[in-house]
Amino acid sequence: MIRYLMQRLLFACLVLVSLSVFVFFLFFVAPGDPARVVAGDKATEAQLVQIRENLGLDRPIVVQYGSFVSKALHGDLGYSYRNQQPVLDLITRRIPATVSLVIGGVIVWLAIGIPIGVMSARNAGTRKDRLGQTFILIGLSFPTFVLGMLSLYCLYFLPRKAGFMLFPAGGYKPFLDNPLDWAWHLVLPWTTLALVTSAIYARLTRGQLLQVLGEDYIRTARAKGISERKVIYKHAMRATLTPLITQLGADIAFLLGGSIVIEQVYGLQGVGALAVQAVANQDRPIIIGVVMLGGLFIVIANIIVDLLYTLLDPRMR
Amino acid sequence: MPLIEAHNVTIRIPTEDGIIYAANSISFSVEAGEVFGIAGESGSGKSVLMQAITGLLPGAEISGEVLFEGRDLLKMSQQELQALRGSHIGMVFQDPLSSLHPYFTIGSQITEMIHAHSKVSAAEARAMTVDMLGKVGIENAESRFDDYPHQFSGGMRQRVMIAMALVLHPPLIIADEPTTALDVTVQMQIMELLDEMRKSFGTTIIMITHDLGLLANIADHAMVMYAGTRLEIGATRGMFSAPTHPYTLGLLKSSPSSETAQGTNLVPIEGNPPSLLDRPQGCIFAERCPDVQALCRSTYPPVQIYDDGAEALCHFVPGDKDMVLPARAASPDHASRPIVVDVQDVRLTFTAKSGFGKKRSIEVLKGIDLQIRKGETFGLVGESGCGKSTLARVIAGLIPATSGEVTLDSVPIHSVTGERWRQMRRHVQLVFQDPVGSLNPRRRVGAIIGDPFRIHNVAHGEEQKRQVQELMEMVGLNPEHYNRFPSEFSGGQRQRIGIARALAIKPSLIIFDEPVSALDVSIQAQILNLMHELQRDLNLTYLFISHDLSVVRHVCDKIAVMDAGQIVELNESDRLFADPQHPFTCKLLSAIKDPPPLAGNSDRRIINTRPASPNAVMMEAV
Repeated sequence: MIRYLMQRLLFACLVLVSLSVFVFFLFFVAPGDPARVVAGDKATEAQLVQIRENLGLDRPIVVQYGSFVSKALHGDLGYSYRNQQPVLDLITRRIPATVSLVIGGVIVWLAIGIPIGVMSARNAGTRKDRLGQTFILIGLSFPTFVLGMLSLYCLYFLPRKAGFMLFPAGGYKPFLDNPLDWAWHLVLPWTTLALVTSAIYARLTRGQLLQVLGEDYIRTARAKGISERKVIYKHAMRATLTPLITQLGADIAFLLGGSIVIEQVYGLQGVGALAVQAVANQDRPIIIGVVMLGGLFIVIANIIVDLLYTLLDPRMR
Repeated sequence: MPLIEAHNVTIRIPTEDGIIYAANSISFSVEAGEVFGIAGESGSGKSVLMQAITGLLPGAEISGEVLFEGRDLLKMSQQELQALRGSHIGMVFQDPLSSLHPYFTIGSQITEMIHAHSKVSAAEARAMTVDMLGKVGIENAESRFDDYPHQFSGGMRQRVMIAMALVLHPPLIIADEPTTALDVTVQMQIMELLDEMRKSFGTTIIMITHDLGLLANIADHAMVMYAGTRLEIGATRGMFSAPTHPYTLGLLKSSPSSETAQGTNLVPIEGNPPSLLDRPQGCIFAERCPDVQALCRSTYPPVQIYDDGAEALCHFVPGDKDMVLPARAASPDHASRPIVVDVQDVRLTFTAKSGFGKKRSIEVLKGIDLQIRKGETFGLVGESGCGKSTLARVIAGLIPATSGEVTLDSVPIHSVTGERWRQMRRHVQLVFQDPVGSLNPRRRVGAIIGDPFRIHNVAHGEEQKRQVQELMEMVGLNPEHYNRFPSEFSGGQRQRIGIARALAIKPSLIIFDEPVSALDVSIQAQILNLMHELQRDLNLTYLFISHDLSVVRHVCDKIAVMDAGQIVELNESDRLFADPQHPFTCKLLSAIKDPPPLAGNSDRRIINTRPASPNAVMMEAV
């Protein structure tokens, strides 16, 4: 077990190193001059040379990469070209908003998606199933930003016009300041994120459950004379957990790396919004930092999912 | 007084393709304490019938009456049936691995059932479970309570299933093919256990199986089902020595047993089972019946009641002249033929890494010696995991042996590489067990059979098509089906496709790895006959791997018995069966259950006939 974990950690490090090499060299071959970004349009050629020297951009790429890695290992991801702030600080300041969005979103989408999937699978082929499938189809085909705009219009703009504030248009309030205010501000982003994603979970739950319900051990469970509720929620759901967790791990990790559209629509100052600004500004240190953070989350999530497998499935122990 | 009594049970299952007539006016009754057998091939409706009457098929429309302990099961609500299942009707299913939940411990799966039916404390439930696990032969039941199903062997898992079915002492147990997925010697142990439990608890057992030999040996009464219809019912003693229905007779004649001669053809039931989507006007078996008359196709047969209690759904009475099997022929002498395959001291060791970096090695083959001569059928028998399929792979050149030598037509196969290896592959072909899984569903039959021509650059285009169609004809497929997909063929036909593919480039050796174990007896006989005819006509050499000793005895000239990676006994087929030497062979042989020899019964008379029309019953039911 420990050996397995060590192997996985080693592999995770390899993935992160490859990722850093890839991003670093990608920017090296990409067009654009960072010095110009830092100095602005009016800078003279001499100033540009000076800035390149300051940033170390005149050194060979391999040397630049080496110094990036050695600094990164000491917790220094460099400084923003724009405002000279440490990248690590910029990112950590953005993490609470993103994490809040993801945690709430996950809870809401599981609460919507799984019951719809279960309902669909239990009543396969009937009207209830078609209802569930319709929800899945709409959810899967609805673009996030359209849904975001739509809920903003219906739940913020229309009530405002009528003279009261149902939900705020966005913005992030720290949880520790006022938990209620925090949740109130996040209701719209959560539902938008959840409605789209829950369709994926409803479809996954439906498919897996249908398959499991055809298994011999479900017939055994029914033959034992235990209640149908127990057959579904204990025996069948237990076996559908594994694929659900795989999907959940990947989704959470992906969203923690920044959910760009939702943060953009609701003006949440999260990691995704930071990434968008950084790309627009050609702020390379920030982009590299955000990409590395996303990679780190995915690698960690994969390890956690694998460990959960061994906990969930006695055959893997 | 009967424990369970079914009258005119008719089951229809609505599907997208139409209504499946899964059971048509089935009646039977089971006395308390007896073993009642339901026999039939796959699709005969035997499992569907039992699942439907216990409420396990919610989609089925079911009519008729099933009295169990005086109450009609078909009038009960789902809740009432749920309360009966487990406590009054225990069930044991075919595959104990897939029938136990892989994520829960065996103990918790049993106690869950106890708690569902009676108010006992967790400690009491645990004690009851441990006690029953001990009774069914699980050693250290107390400590194995918290083990998961995958930690048990196949036979032990089936014991767990039986313990689960018995723990609440239900008066009735429905055992659906309880031994089919198990090795022969384990099969015997499980049957003995069931019988022992029946005696000590007075449990009544309904045994669903396709194995007539098994039924003949353990059941008191039995019924034979075909395409959802009860063709025959009666006491097993009479039924298998003198069947009253041509279908039962056909099944018995197509099963290889000690009575059927090696090297002769079995008598298969021609054709395939009918679709359950429509009802013929006449007898449902008419299309495949060897004694069919015009009357059979036009009129639904009556139930003929014999003086010994047997009932058959037939217009006619089978004569005693039908109760004979082809005479036994002397097996040809192969001793002077050239050797095709020579295996000398072949050993195979798999090395697996364990958690601490130490290497663990498992010796799978421990010094195998054998010779297969031209034109003979060499049988390899043994229980699962004994290494017989691995040996076949080594002989086919798919796995290199760790040491030892395999020569094929005097060429050592493991020293060759590259192009020579590919050349050598022409000479050994394989036919696999699962005719469904071993054919690519997205490729056309013509392309599958033609693959060897393409790979070995033998024939192309029109020439390839001509040769493939020739092969299809040779194995009894319609050559016009060249462009069809495997899914459009039945199991037996798919196995014919596999055989045609293996034959394509005239190999020196064809390895059959359990070629008929996934097929029904009547279809199995067709395939075995085909193999025999091809061998006779083309002088083919076969290596035949099977766990089924009756089949092996029927087709093989020589048999090697394998146990734990070794050949423990190798002899001429007849001699091996007549005079087994090794204790393991004796154990295997003693596990064979043959039905009694066909004798006929000329004393028996029809005492009554009763009209039976499924249509009339359905009208009544609507």
